[in-house]
Amino acid sequence: MAPTGPGRDVAIVAFAQSDHRRRTDELSEVELLMPVLHQVLDATGLKTSDIGFTCSGSSDYLAGRAFSFTMALDGVGAWPPISESHVEMDGAWALYEAWVKILTGEADTALVYGYGKSSPGEVRDVLTRQLDPYYVAPLWPDSVSLAALQAQALIDAGDTDETALASIAGRSRAAATANSHAQVRGSRAQGEYVVRPLRTGDCPPIGDGAAAVILAAGDRARDLCARPAWIRGMDHRIEAHSLGVRDLTDSPSTRLAAERAGFFERPVDTAELHAPFTSQEVVLRKALRLGEDVSVNPSGGALAANPVMAAGLLRLGEAAARIHRGDSDRALAHATSGPCLQQNLVAVLEGES
Amino acid sequence: MAGSAATEVLRAPLVVEFPFTRSLGPVQSAFLTGLRERVVLGVRTGDGRVLVPPVEYDPVTAEEIRELVEVAPAGTVTTWAWNPAPRRGQPLERPFAWVLVKLDGADTSLLHALDAPGPDAVHSGMRVRVRWAQDRTGAITDIACFEPDDGGEEAQPCGHSGEFEDAVTGIVAPARLDYTYSPGRAQSAYINALSARKTVGERCPDCRKVYVPPRGACPTCGVATEERVEVGPAGTVTTYCIVNIKAKNLDIEVPYVYAHIALDGAGLALHGRIGGIPYDQVRMGLRVEPVWSEGGRYPDHYRPTGEPDADYETYKELI
Repeated sequence: MAPTGPGRDVAIVAFAQSDHRRRTDELSEVELLMPVLHQVLDATGLKTSDIGFTCSGSSDYLAGRAFSFTMALDGVGAWPPISESHVEMDGAWALYEAWVKILTGEADTALVYGYGKSSPGEVRDVLTRQLDPYYVAPLWPDSVSLAALQAQALIDAGDTDETALASIAGRSRAAATANSHAQVRGSRAQGEYVVRPLRTGDCPPIGDGAAAVILAAGDRARDLCARPAWIRGMDHRIEAHSLGVRDLTDSPSTRLAAERAGFFERPVDTAELHAPFTSQEVVLRKALRLGEDVSVNPSGGALAANPVMAAGLLRLGEAAARIHRGDSDRALAHATSGPCLQQNLVAVLEGES
Repeated sequence: MAGSAATEVLRAPLVVEFPFTRSLGPVQSAFLTGLRERVVLGVRTGDGRVLVPPVEYDPVTAEEIRELVEVAPAGTVTTWAWNPAPRRGQPLERPFAWVLVKLDGADTSLLHALDAPGPDAVHSGMRVRVRWAQDRTGAITDIACFEPDDGGEEAQPCGHSGEFEDAVTGIVAPARLDYTYSPGRAQSAYINALSARKTVGERCPDCRKVYVPPRGACPTCGVATEERVEVGPAGTVTTYCIVNIKAKNLDIEVPYVYAHIALDGAGLALHGRIGGIPYDQVRMGLRVEPVWSEGGRYPDHYRPTGEPDADYETYKELI
C-alpha cells in the first residue's frame, strides 16, 4: 500500500549474488560478501561513500559467533562512519528497513545485503533455536521435521500429493539450469525420505552465499538504472508462534501482506517465492491465488540455492533483475522466516514501459 | 614477505553450549508444574477456545488470559511426520513420528513425539495418549512421548484448579550446537605465520595501510587486501590500561598492564599484555618485543626492548 503523506518512488536499481556453494571454508564471511558488494556498486557506478544508508541481514547462530555481522562491515568501508543498521533476519527484512528509511526522506540511496554460511554447523539443528524456548525448542524438532508436518497436513487436506511435490522440485531445478549462481541445477532424483513425507528432493540444498541490492529514489533511480524495478508496495506479517494454533495448510499472513502491498490489484507475470520446501510452494500459491499463467521461481528458487539469511533477499533481487532485463513488467517477490512460513514479506515490483 | 601462495585453511571444532535459564509466567508455570503432577492444563481465550499448550496472551486479540482448564492426557493426531533418523536432543532415540496432537478438551494442538513401530502405524486422526517420563521436573520433556491409545483405561480430567504446592517457576534448557570453525584465508595465513613466530598483516591496495591481524578487507576502503606483509617483531606501546581485577581461570598476577601495541610496519595497533617491567613504569612510547612461551602459538606477552622510547609523532596516528 502506498505510504501516507508525500510518497516517494523507490526502486531496486542493482542486484548481485555469489555463486552459492555447499561450503566455502576458504572464505571468511567478509571475504564471501565483498565481491558481491563490489559487483552491485560497480553496476551503478556508486562508491560506498555515496550510499545514504546501509542495512544487512544475517544470523550469528549460523556462524556460532557473537556479533559476526560487525566483521562483515569491513566489506562496506565503515570508516569514516556511515549510517548503518542490521537485522537478525533474512536480508529481505533489511531491504524493508532501507525502503522505509528512503520513504521517510532520510536517504536517497541504500545498500542492502544478506549473507549466511550454513556450512560450519548443522543448519537443521541451528534453526531449532528460533523456536518457542519453553514448549518446543527443548524437543529439538529440526527444520525438515517441521516442514514435513506441514506437508502431511497439505496431503491430508487434498491440496497436494508426493507426485505433485516431485514436480515442483523438478520444475525448480530445471529452471535453475539457466542460473549459473544456483547450487543444485538440472534433474535430480527425489531420493529417500528425509522426514516423511518429504524426500531429499523436496528439501533445499544447504550452502553458503550472499546477495546485495541497491535501492534508490525517484530520478536518482533513473540515473542509476535504465529500467528500475519500482517497489509499488511492500508489507510483512507474522502468525502465531505456536504451530498448533495455526492452519498449516494456508498462509493468511502472506495473503494479508500481499493485499497490503497491492498485489491483488493487477496481475503479475512473475513470482519469486521463498519456499525452501516444495510443500511450501503449494501453501504460497494457494494463499496468493497464483494461476498457471504466472512464471514461478524462474531462478530456481530456494530449492536450487538456499543460503540462509540471503535466500529471501535473493527473491527480491531475482524479481528485480527480470524487470531490469525487460523479462518482466510486474513481479511479486516473497520472503519467509521462521518455521512453516511463520513470517512472510511480500513486495510488488514494476518496470515502466 | 609479499606473497600469496595458497594457504592451508585452518579448521577446528567449535562447541557453543549454554544452559538457558528462563523464568515462567503464571500460565507457563501452571502448565509445566501440571506436567510434573501428570495433569495437562490449557488456558481459555476470551472467545471460549482452549489453547494447549497454554500461553499468557490470546494469539488473536493479544488480551491477557489466565483461566486454566484441565484437558485429557489423550487426544487425536492432527498431522504427523515420520522421522527415520532422530537427531541429538530429540525425544526418542529410535525412529518415531513427530505429531501435532489435539488433546480432548483442547482446540489447538501440541507438538511432541509419537512412539510407533513404523510409518504404517501412524495416520492423522489416530488416537494417542501421553506416556509420562519416569522422572519429572516441570518441563515439556515430562511428557516422554505419546503412544497409540489402545482404548484401555484412561485418566479423565477432574477439573484441576491449576494451583499446585511448590510450583516450578523456571526451567533450565541446555543447548548445544556443534560447529567446525574456519577462519578463512586471511586469518589462516596470520595464524599459520604465528606458529613460525612471525606476525603478518595485509596491505590495502588503496590506502596502503597494513592491517594486523588481517581479515581480508580494508574497513576504510571496503576492498579486499591480499598483499601479505611481515611486521614487527618489535613495536611501540600507543596506549595502555592497568588491570586490577583477576579474571577467572587466568593465571596472571594483578595489577598488570594491557596495551595497544603498534608493531613496526603495521598500520594499526593490536593488543597484548606487557610484562618484564613494573606495571607503574609502562608508558606511551615504550618499545616492546614479543615473548613466546614454549610451544605457544601466539606471543604470551610483550617486554621492553631497552631501546629509547619512540617519539610521539611516530605513532600518534595509530592510537
